[in-house]
Amino acid sequence: MIQFAQKALSYNPYLPHPCRIVSSTPQTKDTMLFKVRFEDDKLAENFIHKPGQFVQVSVMGTGECPISIASTPTRHGTIDLCIRKAGRVTEAFHELGQNALFGMRGPYGNGYPVEVMEGNNLLIIAGGIGMAPLRSLLSYALDHRSKFKEIILMYGARDRDDFLFVGELLSLQGRNDVKTLLAVENDSDGNWEGEVGFVTDLFHKLDIDAKTTYAAVCGPPIMYKFVIDNLLDLGFSKGNILMSLERKMKCGIGKCVHCSVGFKYTCLDGPIFTYWDAINMREII
Amino acid sequence: MKILKINKENILPFLEHLNSFGELHAPQKKGKKSSSYQIVTDPSKVILSNEKYTRTILPIKKFFHKPIDTMMTFSPQKGYEDAYEDEGRKVIFGVHSCEINALLTLDRVFAGKYVDTYYFRRRQNTAIIGISCIPDEYCYCHSMGTSFVEEGFDLFLSDVGDAYLVKVGTSLGDDMVSTAETLFTEYEDKDLQEYKRRINEFPSLFKTKVDESDLPAILDMEYKSEIWEEMGNRCFNCGICSMVCPTCFCFDVYDEICLDGETGARKRCWDSCLFKSHAMVAGGHNFREKRADRFKHRFLHKHQEFMGEFGRPSCVGCGRCTQECPADIHFVGMLKTLKGDISCVHPEDE
Repeated sequence: MIQFAQKALSYNPYLPHPCRIVSSTPQTKDTMLFKVRFEDDKLAENFIHKPGQFVQVSVMGTGECPISIASTPTRHGTIDLCIRKAGRVTEAFHELGQNALFGMRGPYGNGYPVEVMEGNNLLIIAGGIGMAPLRSLLSYALDHRSKFKEIILMYGARDRDDFLFVGELLSLQGRNDVKTLLAVENDSDGNWEGEVGFVTDLFHKLDIDAKTTYAAVCGPPIMYKFVIDNLLDLGFSKGNILMSLERKMKCGIGKCVHCSVGFKYTCLDGPIFTYWDAINMREII
Repeated sequence: MKILKINKENILPFLEHLNSFGELHAPQKKGKKSSSYQIVTDPSKVILSNEKYTRTILPIKKFFHKPIDTMMTFSPQKGYEDAYEDEGRKVIFGVHSCEINALLTLDRVFAGKYVDTYYFRRRQNTAIIGISCIPDEYCYCHSMGTSFVEEGFDLFLSDVGDAYLVKVGTSLGDDMVSTAETLFTEYEDKDLQEYKRRINEFPSLFKTKVDESDLPAILDMEYKSEIWEEMGNRCFNCGICSMVCPTCFCFDVYDEICLDGETGARKRCWDSCLFKSHAMVAGGHNFREKRADRFKHRFLHKHQEFMGEFGRPSCVGCGRCTQECPADIHFVGMLKTLKGDISCVHPEDE
């Protein structure tokens, strides 16, 4: 007890640190990419995270919510947050404007087991806003390109205006050490040159050795089932399928229980779970 | 362990004496049939006898994890500032074993990788004095293994007729008794014999019994049972079982803004997994959409998920949920039905 009381007196994990919006880039009609930096230089420079981890973002007077980190830890100093207007806090965040102050704490969650994944192929499967945390993993892998064998990105969006990080996607398509496969559900003007359909319709273009591949999947709840079925058909081991889950979170540190799935907390034990974890946990997808 | 004896006529002077160790709280009459932990202004109003009270309306979690707690204040000039208010030392007298066990469970939850600063600062500032009790028809702590405590108290009083045997659990507890030496004596052999008689008799006093063994696996296999739908539809989702539960600790966090439109406070309040908003994310997707989903979740979290996390169920068998449920859901009866165990007993049988 005394050791916990001691910790309790010296540190309050709920207190957000002041943070500033350095720049913002529109992505889609409701999504912006914000570059942010802690006001405290020491905090900004010492902030170390793993791809797949998240932060708790506070807008004064509105509240707090979890946002995944969209930038790689290999690029220091600032953090990228890709935020879609979906609720009260995210809407208020969009209103803040350049140079505005807000609160942030973290990083939280387990993140991708990148050390274990290294030496293998990396298959990234994203749907919609699910690209945000996967961009962190993709950038990390590209910055450590020699540590991974093949890198493949499969990314599906509702229509061509719904892709995030378009500039980066275009530059990826020019690289020969990454394979980029894109799909849109609707092609209203008929000008789309890639796949028209769901992200799962891209599987036929895939030629990969499942035994030496890690698949990282993130997207809306409905997407997981279909993607996972395809991966299992390809012979993926359940432990090699990594899913990033969304849940309601209030504390981010395993106390408030809103994010509980089975006896795991998404904020502590996740948000990255393997499919093997998932089949042992009810109501996960 | 140091064990002393205090005669019952010395309890009132001892309660007076305890005031010097902090603000004294103890069970006192609240409504006609109810009692609650209140500040002691008149020690003679403290309910000692178990015949007059079995459980308070709210458990002692209210002292450490407050129903509404201001976590921090904020302003554009100063940012977020810790708003923990030091209320000074407290002594809580008359705590039953199940409640002390519940507190030990909450300790585990609020410790861990991230230490809950609000809970532990208060915990550190509060002394716990336990007292033995006699079960009523709702109690099933003996089935949950929480009818005795070996730790988690500064002092623990066990009734042996005309006196209490006093277990001294901590250095602070020792200070409490050694500064009031004249009130205590050594216990005699007849006290020990009476203590043992009561301990041996204790299990037979329970009317409600449940066998928890292998329940996690059975709950897993009964995951799709129709009983969840049936009972979930009977449940009002009012959340009272969570509020009165000594081990329910879910909380919601919200910002309250002042009329100046700039400054305010971030607060947290008790929440319940039975509320529809509990698992709903931005955009409206709800991971536990149906009432039955939420009703089931409460059971699984108590009796299955806690086993995975801490090796024991979080339920301590205090009986508050069943006593307070406005839909007359008998929580032990539920376990009995799920287990298909005829050795489980609950008063509805009679």
